[in-house]
Amino acid sequence: MAGTPTPLPEAGLGATLRRDSWWTELVPVFILLGGFGVYATWRAFENAYYSWGPYLSPFYSPLIDPQHHWWPLSPALLVLAGPLGFRATCYYYRKAYYRAFFLDPPACAVGEPANRKYHGETAFPFILQNVHRYFFYLAIIFLVFLWHDAIKGFFFDGQFGIGVGSLILLLNIILLSIYTLSCHSLRHLAGGKLDCFSCVSFGTTRAAAWRGFSFLNERHMQFAWASLISVGSADLYIRLVASGLIRDLRIL
Amino acid sequence: MAETVLRVFRGDASGGALTDYKVPVAPGMVVLDALHYIQGHLAPDLAVRWNCKAGKCGSCSAEVNGRPRLTCKTRMDELPKDEPIVVMPMKSFPKIKDLVTDVSWNYRVNKKIPPFQPRPGADWKISQLDVDRVQEFRKCIECFLCQNVCHVLRDHDKKEQFAGPRFFVRVAGLEMHPLDGANRVGLLKDELGLGFCNITKCCTEVCPESIHITDNAIIPLKERVVDEFYDPLTMLFRKMRGPSEKRNQAG
Amino acid sequence: MTTNYEVREHDVLIIGAGGAGLRAAIEALAQGASVGVVCKSLLGKAHTVMAEGGIAAAMANVDPADNWKVHFRDTMSGGKFLNNWRMAQLHALEAPDRVRELEQWGALFDRTENGAILQRAFGGHTFKRLCHVGDRTGLELIRTLQDRGVQQGVDCYMECTVTRLLVENGRFAGAFAYWRENGRFIVFKAKAVVIATGGIGKAWSVTSNSWEYTGDGMALAYEAGAELMDMEFVQFHPTGMVWPPGVQGILVTEAVRGEGGILRNKLGERFMEKYDPKRMELSTRDVVARSIYTEVREGRGTEHGGAYLDISHKPAEYVKKKLPSMYHQFKELADVDITKEPMEVGPTCHYMMGGIRVEAETGQSSMPGIFAAGECAAGLHGANRLGGNSLSDLLVFGRRAGMAAAALAKQTAYSSLDNAQMQNAERELLAPFSNKGESPYAIHRDLQTVMQSLVGIYRNAEDLERALNELQMFKARAAAATVEGSRMYNPGWHLVGELKSMLIIAEAVTKSAMARTESRGAHSRIDYPDLDKAWGQKHNIIVQENGEVVRRELPIPPMPDDLKEVLAAQQ
Repeated sequence: MAGTPTPLPEAGLGATLRRDSWWTELVPVFILLGGFGVYATWRAFENAYYSWGPYLSPFYSPLIDPQHHWWPLSPALLVLAGPLGFRATCYYYRKAYYRAFFLDPPACAVGEPANRKYHGETAFPFILQNVHRYFFYLAIIFLVFLWHDAIKGFFFDGQFGIGVGSLILLLNIILLSIYTLSCHSLRHLAGGKLDCFSCVSFGTTRAAAWRGFSFLNERHMQFAWASLISVGSADLYIRLVASGLIRDLRIL
Repeated sequence: MAETVLRVFRGDASGGALTDYKVPVAPGMVVLDALHYIQGHLAPDLAVRWNCKAGKCGSCSAEVNGRPRLTCKTRMDELPKDEPIVVMPMKSFPKIKDLVTDVSWNYRVNKKIPPFQPRPGADWKISQLDVDRVQEFRKCIECFLCQNVCHVLRDHDKKEQFAGPRFFVRVAGLEMHPLDGANRVGLLKDELGLGFCNITKCCTEVCPESIHITDNAIIPLKERVVDEFYDPLTMLFRKMRGPSEKRNQAG
Repeated sequence: MTTNYEVREHDVLIIGAGGAGLRAAIEALAQGASVGVVCKSLLGKAHTVMAEGGIAAAMANVDPADNWKVHFRDTMSGGKFLNNWRMAQLHALEAPDRVRELEQWGALFDRTENGAILQRAFGGHTFKRLCHVGDRTGLELIRTLQDRGVQQGVDCYMECTVTRLLVENGRFAGAFAYWRENGRFIVFKAKAVVIATGGIGKAWSVTSNSWEYTGDGMALAYEAGAELMDMEFVQFHPTGMVWPPGVQGILVTEAVRGEGGILRNKLGERFMEKYDPKRMELSTRDVVARSIYTEVREGRGTEHGGAYLDISHKPAEYVKKKLPSMYHQFKELADVDITKEPMEVGPTCHYMMGGIRVEAETGQSSMPGIFAAGECAAGLHGANRLGGNSLSDLLVFGRRAGMAAAALAKQTAYSSLDNAQMQNAERELLAPFSNKGESPYAIHRDLQTVMQSLVGIYRNAEDLERALNELQMFKARAAAATVEGSRMYNPGWHLVGELKSMLIIAEAVTKSAMARTESRGAHSRIDYPDLDKAWGQKHNIIVQENGEVVRRELPIPPMPDDLKEVLAAQQ
């Protein structure tokens, strides 16, 4: 009953016996993350169309020295490192770009390029991922500014009002806040670092906090994408309005 | 009765080939049943490691159609019927014969991990609150599929420097044990090579016990390594307070 | 000749790395002995991992009225008073300490509100007594012991099969074994051996047992001259999966009933009302298994020949938390969501109450130097085992056997090994490569069919007689069994040796079952449906004489008055 033997498949990049289209996981990540990177870089250097009426693009917030008294380049360059660093060192994005950009690995049980040196996160540059919690602290400060911007977006010349832009900025800051609060580092600092919740003071509170953040954390990936899209869209909307390509619709 | 073809690796460390076997398919049949059929009727010397055939012992790990699986939990009716089902041994371990691999490396790694050490004065009253988190790690059945799929071992063969997901799960179970008093964080960073993990989550994807290996074991351990080795503020705080938080909890 | 073999020396050799073997190893090490553990599989894969429900120990964490006396009484009455009363007493007394010890080695049990070990109800136990970890208690136990043993310095010989015990001057001297990986031989010189190899379920076709359960240890002891006892008592667990065919026999833990699961027939009747209205689903296993069997035989079974077991009236989250592996097992293997629909269950061969006859205190068999603990030893459970008493058995008597074996080793010197015995063992192992018979798999399948249909839950003289005849023919076929391929990891070859063990034990079971002309516990004779007082006073003993399986009888020693009083109280 035994049939003829088949020779074994070879190793190397993309070598796998998987039958499914494993690369379909990579392509959207590559396009979205890559597209965002290109767009954000261009926008950061553009140094124009970042505000309109009460709206300020999240890429340019907080807005520092827009009059170029001491900083000759785009003010976005002064602040973008914060949110960018937070996302670059994020435990979810690391997975996404190690797979999609570094093919390390391309997908589970799919071969990598042969004979590549690998140090993971034990050596420069990736050992720097360990500073993620400091970017988290920074991200909290940014959230304060962005909440301020979002609220400001509801006041047109001192009068309360609602424009499409106000809603976009509000939605954006909500998503950014949830994304930030679902951070693995926060989950650790809030309670995950304890071994015994019932042995320390405020243990039950910290356990509850840990559970709450864990609940959000389970959806970290979804929040990462949602907030990435929202922050890009918010900037794009403001750019379109500020450049006069479209008009901001006033709802109230 | 319907038939299907199993294309099974036959060979040993020196080489081998895939051989086709025709197997009758019964309702609810799993790949391990098909392998048993081959042993019982077609090739009595087909080497397969298995014990319970109930998904509890973690012995029958292999790669079915390129995916690391327990063959006792892989149902034939969920696999495409039009092509042969390819069954290969785990790739990351040395082949012994057919589907059996040499997993002894795992047992050697395990010996490096200091055992549970109760904190002095522990009264053995433990809240379920503290037990819940650790029980997830203790579900591990040591099928070594996570070790097999992890690219650090599979593609980069870092067996000397890197302990692999299974043992991070074990260390997490010890480190987060509410009554444990030992500290394995330095060991994690240096001997067990936690930093080699780039959290690409394949271990979590293949775990038959659905342990959230990356999110609940590895990342929290990475954060603990940061606490002790990379975060200047906590390190300073620690120095000022003197004894570690862990020892304080005992009091 | 000895120089041809790899030789290892240990004060204490332990065969089997399940709960009993590992607990024995840890204890023998603690006594200062050098210990070698030999196991057929990888470390941590032993059948103990499949134990689900819990460890019975009268810790009184949930029901404060519980104590060792009640546990003792439950065990004795569950075993229909055929138990070795001293073992039942030691077991009830020591189990709580063994559980606490596990916890001190890192095991994490489910907890009560105030942080103590949580205990659940189980069949035949008066109080909530089973310390548990969801439905994976066995895994927790074996992982804890494994880690403890490894750290204490156990030498473990994995995937290594012992085929013969070597005997010198009427006492144990060593063991002959082979490595499964490459088929090479290895000889162990030791002063004492603890057999902890578990049961014999693989001789039946519908079983919850793993492939390792081929009665090796019992057969090894028997061949070395030790006595076996109460071999007719084979437990059929009432609830195994019945559908689909591939998963038939896989265990459905008693914890489902412990957590409130209800048994119904196809008419929707809660049939346990007829068979044991007082204890209902939590009656002893022999009663529940027979009840399901009877319902099916009388035409009230489910579509696939079982009964419905329903836990879906409990909240889905609770079921998933307390019975996670049952939830997944049915979801993945049978497409059944147990939080919404009932399971189909039927009896499955599960446990051997009989085994090697041992002394209660030490676990030593009738052959000096050979100890036994766990399922392969007889005595504690009598005619029927209560759920949860197996894990505690492993711990209590594993420890005792390890301690006694180490003590014996201290007073003993290594014996020299007899070349003739080793050469015989080697010849026997290699014979299948030159035989011209049939595949061992075919013989194994036939053996399972015969044991399932003729030596099952209900027995009668005619069936047993037929079974004995069949077994004689199987023996001849097995002796001529042939294997293909090389000695490298060759499961067909491995099966030949296991087949021999299974045939010895199957014969012991059948002969004992034939002799016991009564129904008691797990042994039910259709032709003798009642308890027989005279049989309640004696054990069946099996020994080897001139290469034949010979049965004898042994009176049960009288129980001391203090234990009689314990039994009499509250009866």
